[in-house]
Order: sequence, then C-alpha cells, then structure tokens
Amino acid sequence: MGADNMKLTLKIWRQQGENTKGQFKTYQVDNVSSHMSFLEMLDVLNEQLVSQKEEPVAFEHDCREGICGTCSLVINGYPHGPMQGTTTCQLHMRHFKDGDTITIEPWRAAAFPVVKDLVVNRDSFDRIIQAGGYISVNTGQAQDGNAIPIEKDQANHAMDAATCIGCGACVAACPNASAMLFTAAKVSHLAQMPQGQVEAAERAQRMVAQHDAEGFGRCSNVTACEAECPKGISVEHIARLNREYLTSSIGSTK
Amino acid sequence: MPFQSNVPPGELSEKWTKYRSSMPLVAPNNKRRLEVIVVGTGLAGGAAAATLGELGYNVKAFTFHDSPRRAHSIAAQGGINAAKNYQNDGDSVYRLFYDTIKGGDYRSREANVHRLAEVSVNIIDQAVAQGVPFAREYGGLLANRSFGGVQVSRTFYARGQTGQQLLLGAYQSLSRQISLGNVQMFNRHEMVDVVIQDGKARGIIARNLLTGELERHAAHCVVLGTGGYGNVFYLSTNAMNSNGSAAWRVVKKGAYMANPCFTQIHPTCIPVSGEYQSKLTLMSESLRNDGRVWVPKNQEDAKAIREGRKKGTDIAEEDRDYYLERRYPAFGNLVPRDVASRAAKTACDEGLGVSPTGLAVFLDFADAIMRYGKSRANTLNEYNASEARIKELGTAVVAEKYGNLFEMYEKITGENPYVMPMKIYPAVHYTMGGLWVDYNLQTNIPGLFASGEANFSDHGANRLGASALMQGLADGYFVLPYTIGTFLADEIRTPTIDPDGAEFLAAEKEAQERIDRLMSIGGNQSAESFHRRLGKIMWEYCGMARNAEGLTKGRQMIRELREEFYQDLFVPGSAKEYNPELEKALRVADFLELGELMMLDALDRQESCGGHFREEYQTEEGEALRRDDEFAYVSAWEWDDNDPILHKEELIFENVELKTRSYK
Repeated sequence: MGADNMKLTLKIWRQQGENTKGQFKTYQVDNVSSHMSFLEMLDVLNEQLVSQKEEPVAFEHDCREGICGTCSLVINGYPHGPMQGTTTCQLHMRHFKDGDTITIEPWRAAAFPVVKDLVVNRDSFDRIIQAGGYISVNTGQAQDGNAIPIEKDQANHAMDAATCIGCGACVAACPNASAMLFTAAKVSHLAQMPQGQVEAAERAQRMVAQHDAEGFGRCSNVTACEAECPKGISVEHIARLNREYLTSSIGSTK
Repeated sequence: MPFQSNVPPGELSEKWTKYRSSMPLVAPNNKRRLEVIVVGTGLAGGAAAATLGELGYNVKAFTFHDSPRRAHSIAAQGGINAAKNYQNDGDSVYRLFYDTIKGGDYRSREANVHRLAEVSVNIIDQAVAQGVPFAREYGGLLANRSFGGVQVSRTFYARGQTGQQLLLGAYQSLSRQISLGNVQMFNRHEMVDVVIQDGKARGIIARNLLTGELERHAAHCVVLGTGGYGNVFYLSTNAMNSNGSAAWRVVKKGAYMANPCFTQIHPTCIPVSGEYQSKLTLMSESLRNDGRVWVPKNQEDAKAIREGRKKGTDIAEEDRDYYLERRYPAFGNLVPRDVASRAAKTACDEGLGVSPTGLAVFLDFADAIMRYGKSRANTLNEYNASEARIKELGTAVVAEKYGNLFEMYEKITGENPYVMPMKIYPAVHYTMGGLWVDYNLQTNIPGLFASGEANFSDHGANRLGASALMQGLADGYFVLPYTIGTFLADEIRTPTIDPDGAEFLAAEKEAQERIDRLMSIGGNQSAESFHRRLGKIMWEYCGMARNAEGLTKGRQMIRELREEFYQDLFVPGSAKEYNPELEKALRVADFLELGELMMLDALDRQESCGGHFREEYQTEEGEALRRDDEFAYVSAWEWDDNDPILHKEELIFENVELKTRSYK
C-alpha cells in the first residue's frame, strides 16, 4: 500500500507577524506514513517542535474534509499542492516519495496580509460579499419554494459556481493576485437564479468596485485560477461576470 | 433559578401559532436600543444574528473563525428535512413530528419537536428565496431523497453539499446585515466567559485570537449558537476547532447541561487508519439510499479480506450477510443511525470486520449501479446493452448523485468505490445533549439563550439524518428571533449595559487567571496529547456501548488525567499573541470536565435509549431496552467540582404513545 516511514525535508516560511520579515526554515520529519494527510504530517512536525519546546508552525485548518475553505498553503509552488481538485487538507502523503524536499509558503497577495507563518488574513473576501453578494430578502418574506420552477441544468450551473469555498487559492495562483474568480463565482451563482436577477446589475457593480478597493489585481485571462481551484470553478463565470458588469454599466441610470 | 419548560397550554398543533400571536413584542424604536450578543455563526448562530439584525436589534456576532462562512455547519452533506409533502407520499407536519420523537427514542419534548416540524416548511422557502441552488427535477421543481428512520422522501439537498449551501445562504443574509450596520461582526474572537449581572446574562469576555487581548462586550442578552461537543472524543467527524467551551463556560456559571451522555455515533464514516489520525470523515447517510451494508457470512472470508488475500468483490452473493436488510426488513439499510451503528459494532465484534484493524463493514453500490444502468439503457432504447455498458451507464447515474462523496472517499483511502465496495465504520458525529433550554430556547439563566446543536431540545436520545440543518435554521430563523422578545420586552427600560461594570472586570480577571495558569505550568506534554488520551477514555468507556463498571472507571481516569494536565501541560509562545496552542489548551481543559459529566450522566441513566446503550439494559435480541417508568426525564446537571447535582425535567407525552421502537 505504500511506505510507512518516509523521511522528508520541509522548507517552511516562518514569519512572526504582518510587519516583520519572514524567511524559510528547514525541518526534517521522519516516520511519515503514506496514509497520512498533508496536515497530519504537519501535526507530526508540530508535536516534534513542541516536545523540543520550540514554537510550532502556525497554519490554518478546520474541517479537514475540503469544504470549509480554511486551509491554504502553497506547496512546491502550487496552491493546495500538486493534485488537481484537492484542498491541502485532502492531500495525502501517498503522493510524495521518501527523501522528498517540500517547500511550503503562505498565500502571497497584498490583500491577504500574513498573520503569522502560513496564516493570512482573508477579511477582504468577506467585504466583497458584504458589498452585494446576497439577495435582499428578510426572513419570513419568502413565497413557496416551488413557486418558481428552475430548469435542472440551470440550477446545476448555479451550483457549480456556488460551490466556491472562499479559500483564496485563485488569488494565490494569479500573477496579478486578482480575486476575479472568487467574485465571479458569487455573481454568477446569484445571476443564474431567478431570485437573484432583480439585483444582478447593482451586485456586479458593487462587488467589482469592492474587489478593486481591496487591492486585488485586475484579471488578465491567465486562467491559472481555474487550474488551481480545488473546486474546479470555471473561468466561464468570469465571462458571465464581465457580461453582467458591462451590461449594467451601459444600461445604468446611476 | 427557574427550571420550567414553559411549554404553552393548548392543543399540540396550535401551541406555537397561538403563543407566537400572543407573546410580548418589542416596538421598533426600542429594538434599536437593545443589544444582543450572538456567539457562533453557523446555521443556528448566523441565521439568528441575521434575522435579529433584520428585525432591528443591535447585534454583535462573534466567531473564532477567520470568517463567519467557515462554521462547521458547512460540512453537512446529505440534506435538510421539511414536511412539504411535495412527493405526495403521505408526509405531514404530524408525521415529521412523530418520526422525530420516535427516532429520538422518546426522550425529547413534544411541544418543541412539533414546532420544529411546523417551521421546517418555512426554512425551505426562505433558503430558496436566498438563492440556495437546491437539486431540481426535470420539471424545475425541488427534488427530494430519503434518509434513515423514515418511510417518506422529505429531504431537500444540494448535491452532497447541502450544509455548505444553507450556511452560505445564512452567511449572505448576515453579510447584508453587516453592510447595513445592523450587525457588528467580530471574526477571530473566542468567547472565554459569560458575564452575569443581577442574575441575568449581560455580556461576554472574548479573546481576540490575533492579539491575545481579552475584551469585554456587553449587551442586554446573550445567544449561544456554538455547536456541539463531539470533539470530547478527540476523533470525530467534527471540524478540528469545534469545541464545547462556550457552553461549558456558561455551565460553570450556573447554566444546566442537559443529557450530556446523548451522543450520536454515525454509522457511515471512513474507518480509522493510524495513530496519527486527526479526524474522521463522514460518508453521508444519503448513500444508504442506494448502498447496501454487508459483511461476509463466515469469519474465514473476513479474515482473508483483513489480511489482503481476498477482496470484497471476491465474496459470492450467498456468502454475504446484508445484516441490516436481514434484521430490519421494514427499513432495511435506512434504519436510524444508532441502530445501524450498533449493528456494525455487533458484526465486527463477531470477527466479521473487513479492514486490517477489524473495524469496518462494506457499503456496496454494485447493485445500485446495475439497477440504474438498466433503467438508463431502457431510456436510451439500448435494450441489448452489454453488462459493461450497463455498468458504465449506472456508474454515471451514481456519479451524478454522489460524485463528490465518492471522490472524497477515494482521496482519503486511495480506493475506487465505483469498483470496490466502500469500507465504513461508526464514528462520533453529533451531540443531542446540550444546554438545557425552555420552550423559548432560554437556559435557566435569564437572558442566556442557546440555539441549534448547542441546546438539547429536539432530538432526544438520537437525531435523525438531515434534521440538524433543520433544527439549526429553525431555531435561528424562526424561533429564537421571536422568543427572545419574551425576555427583551421587559428590558426596554434597561439602559445600555456598561462593559466596565464590576462583574465584567471580575470575569475578565478570572479569565486572565485561567490563561495565566495554563501558560505557567511549564510541563512537557502538549494539549493535543492530552486531548488524544481523553478521547480514548471517552470512546472506550462512554462510546457505542457503556456499562456501570466502565463508566465508573472512566470517570476516575478522567479525573486523574485532569490532574496530570494541570501539572504537566506545556503551552509554547505567549498569551498576548496569535497562539493556536493556547486556544487548544483552553478547550481541552474544558473537555476534561465535560467528559466527566458525560460519564456521570451515562451512569445515572440506567436504561438504553437511542445513542445511549447500556449493556445491562438490552432485550434478548440485543436491542435497546428503555425504562420509561423511571427514566422518562431530561437530566439537567448543575456543575459542581466534586459532585454535580442532577435536576430532572419529567417528559410528558400527551400526543404520542410510548412504544418500543421497532424498525423490523
């Protein structure tokens, strides 16, 4: 089934805080089993560091099943590591070999300042959603759930966009550190639901304005975001965002 | 302190409507002056914060996550129940109520459960209006599937990501209220204590996780939507950071903890593979719609599979025991979770387990793939399709239904479940127990409310699948925002609470001393290592099967472990910085007390019901033996360092006859 005591060399980015200078530090971990997840391997490293009374490596994680979007890490140059459609917490050590050297860095973007080591601050994503990534409906105002039929395929396409976990890999992958795929996923999800169309024009305008205000870069169609997105979100959604944005710019009375 | 269920009088089906129409209201001008603290931003907390903001209250919401979108509600896979009867299969509010009471093995409060069933239909409407992309039929209407313990199809879903989509719906509503200024959001803030003034909950002490600073936050009342405490077992399907500390902190201040021993062990999780394992991953119950659970009939075959000499697919049909279908023909693979989990344990205890550890059973999709393949071939007019073609078509149908779950399984195990049957084993998943609350979701401390998994109220001794999302959102959107008015209506003359009051300063000092104590132990063992050891004690003595001897022993072992913890813990770094190790240590310290209370509660409850199986109390066939004469009560525990005190709320069943649960 695979090796049970791999030896690995880890080059990990250590940085005390947002305004301090960071650097790579090298660590050795032994007895890594191929059944471990990547984060469990880091747990082993941290247990080792704590037992030597050293400060463990700070990294964020929560659900460890690929859905909460908390984990990050650029592994050997790839956001969420080398496997496609996989978050870091779903990456397993069977994809590495005994003797490998693995480089681990945080997401790097001006709009994602480093908190400590591999942890970054992604509040900017929340503010993009707060700018308009919702449907303005109060609790209790809804009509019957089946009142508006929605074509199965259309609901599926909306779901494809809605599946975004807000991890920020798209930003980390983009040479411009653009968050266009993240922004587009929400705009596209809501624009494809009849309930979301009422505010579609305003939403696209406000979310894009907030995206730019946060300091994310412009999209230049590199499409590295799609390649690295752990949920396989397509750049087609950026095309839909562009359409929403342009038509709302032309037709706007505001 | 008050300890009454406060269930309104009247017919069961009219209680909520009448009560809601007659409860005291707070006028809009007063709502603007009243402040509410909501801790937790999952379905229960996030939905409550958003709705309270919409109603006009001043809300302060807190999460320890970096964003309210990360709460563990997001990981719920299968779906959400609602008594819509869209399938015309005989569903109704009463049936959902009845199924939930029965599923909970008659240990929940009738009136709360009926209200839950009533508002379930509003949740679906609300979510659709928010833009939640539920699965649809070809005609454009909402699709349903079945879950365990019921015979109708009432579960709404969005692929295997229903929790994610519902949480994002609540998160979007919350984001809107934040942008309107009605909700002030505090990310990366963990509640470390509650503040009580004149007997009422008036605020919290929160630790800013980025700076380590303690902050005092005041309000007219406090709502906890902080989830369950399944991580007391260390290994569970909960997220790594899910914890019981917010609830435990209020218990230490006098709130009652109800039925703490009622934990749900979910039957279909990916089995443990090694000592380093940090968490367990659930495979949604929806898989039991189509997957068949089995083990080999004889031990030799099981042994051969464990040793890798045979595969599941090598075992002939007649040598397989589809034990759920055999033992429970009426419900088959869709028996409730507690029943399915125990049956898996029984099979493995008999030496029929199929993983190297001996702790796994098969969940097999081969039949479903053939069945769907044939149907699809028919639709395509391919009447003479080969077996390979049928498999190909069937695989595509199964992939459409459960694709993301199968992928998740393959990523973790490295095995392809379309070809080889999945291996699964029960794991801790949910806690039915929680803070004791009355009909208004208010704890015994006035002004302190608990919603969702954090309270005990709706699921009795066992929760049915797809009911956690339902309860979280019911409490958050449709119950708490109204019932909170029963408390706040009397507070309209109370001025803004001062966070510099004596009680706030005292609570802050106490929290600081607790942190200092942990930082200064300077021992040799990490919080993680203590947590792992606690988990093993809990699983061994308070897991799927319990007995008096083991529980007594387990309780003693936890006390000893707690002592060791305070002598030999090591927390690196300092308290005044971002320090995940300190966060963990604080949570483990609380688990080390909560675990003891669970043992005590399990010891007190000398009967078997739902997820609580006492080996001394079983039928001849090995089914749970309830003892309604003596134990039809809610255990509400008042904490005491030496001897916690038990208060009992008698459960009164006026509408449902207490029967032995049968799924045969």
